[in-house]
Amino acid sequence: MIYVQGIQLDLISEAKISQMASMEKVRYIIDEVRKGKILVLEKGLNPMEEAKLIEMTMSAIQPDVFSGIEMQSYPANADTSLLGKFFKKQSNKRLTVIGPANQLKTLKKDRNLISALVSASK
Amino acid sequence: MNMLKRFKVSFSKMFNKLFKKKDACIGIYGPPNAGKTTLGNRILKDWGGTEETMGSVSHIAHETRHAKRRNAISIEANGHTISLDIVDTPGLATKIDFHDFMEQGMSDSESKKRSKEATEGVIEAVKWLDDLDGVILVMDSTENPYTQVNVTVIGNMEARNLPLLIVANKVDLPNADPAVIKEAFPQHPMVPVSALEGVGMDTFYEALAKQFG
Repeated sequence: MIYVQGIQLDLISEAKISQMASMEKVRYIIDEVRKGKILVLEKGLNPMEEAKLIEMTMSAIQPDVFSGIEMQSYPANADTSLLGKFFKKQSNKRLTVIGPANQLKTLKKDRNLISALVSASK
Repeated sequence: MNMLKRFKVSFSKMFNKLFKKKDACIGIYGPPNAGKTTLGNRILKDWGGTEETMGSVSHIAHETRHAKRRNAISIEANGHTISLDIVDTPGLATKIDFHDFMEQGMSDSESKKRSKEATEGVIEAVKWLDDLDGVILVMDSTENPYTQVNVTVIGNMEARNLPLLIVANKVDLPNADPAVIKEAFPQHPMVPVSALEGVGMDTFYEALAKQFG
């Protein structure tokens, strides 16, 4: 039998994530990432959910077991129109990549590009 | 205390509660080692009126592991005096690996202890977001500003419709490029400073008064 080693990459649709409550999303992400998966969310979390994810990640950190997550999403597009400034409208539809900190490393990030290195080493 | 005095005290408390404007509570946020505590110490040195500091600083990340609040700091700028409560928060991060502290020369047990305290500090910093009236977001102007911590803090302030002032710190360093920070987050005011050297602080206080006064 041939064993193929690799890293599981899950591309998660907006439809799947939007059915979940905020806590469900955060719990789901942490559980999957702790299994060593890399998640790519079609629609990212909202800022409050991102903060909650950081908070819960900190609670899950254990020396030599889990050192946290690497998470990257694009900054929200600033609406610089007069109406946009007045209503402070922002788009939260942002592709987000999340993985274990010891396997996913961001190489480069700017407004329109996230370049990351995924490694199998744990 | 006679009845008249008691009445006067109660009335005064009620009047203050109804009409006295509460000092805005402003959090200093940012990733580890961006210079948050150095900025807090600089503000206290300039306006605190005592030798007291916000906290100690170190080149090893997560030196601040508990939020520290200083109340009623009076700052004069733009011809006005504003009074602010300032909270210096632990550096926000999505990962904390005790091996990073060992690489800085700390022992295994010291590193694990610091790591545990650092995770608690991050949780404390996140929880403070619910109780603030605004944020000073400190970024290291020698580093790439597109970090998740910066994106998350800015997103939280925008979602809560609260004022934000970005501080591009460490402009005294030769590879500092505050223009990159302005380009990354053009929708928010940004002030280049060196909190360590005291460069750009007058402009910072003017921006502070404008944003939070």
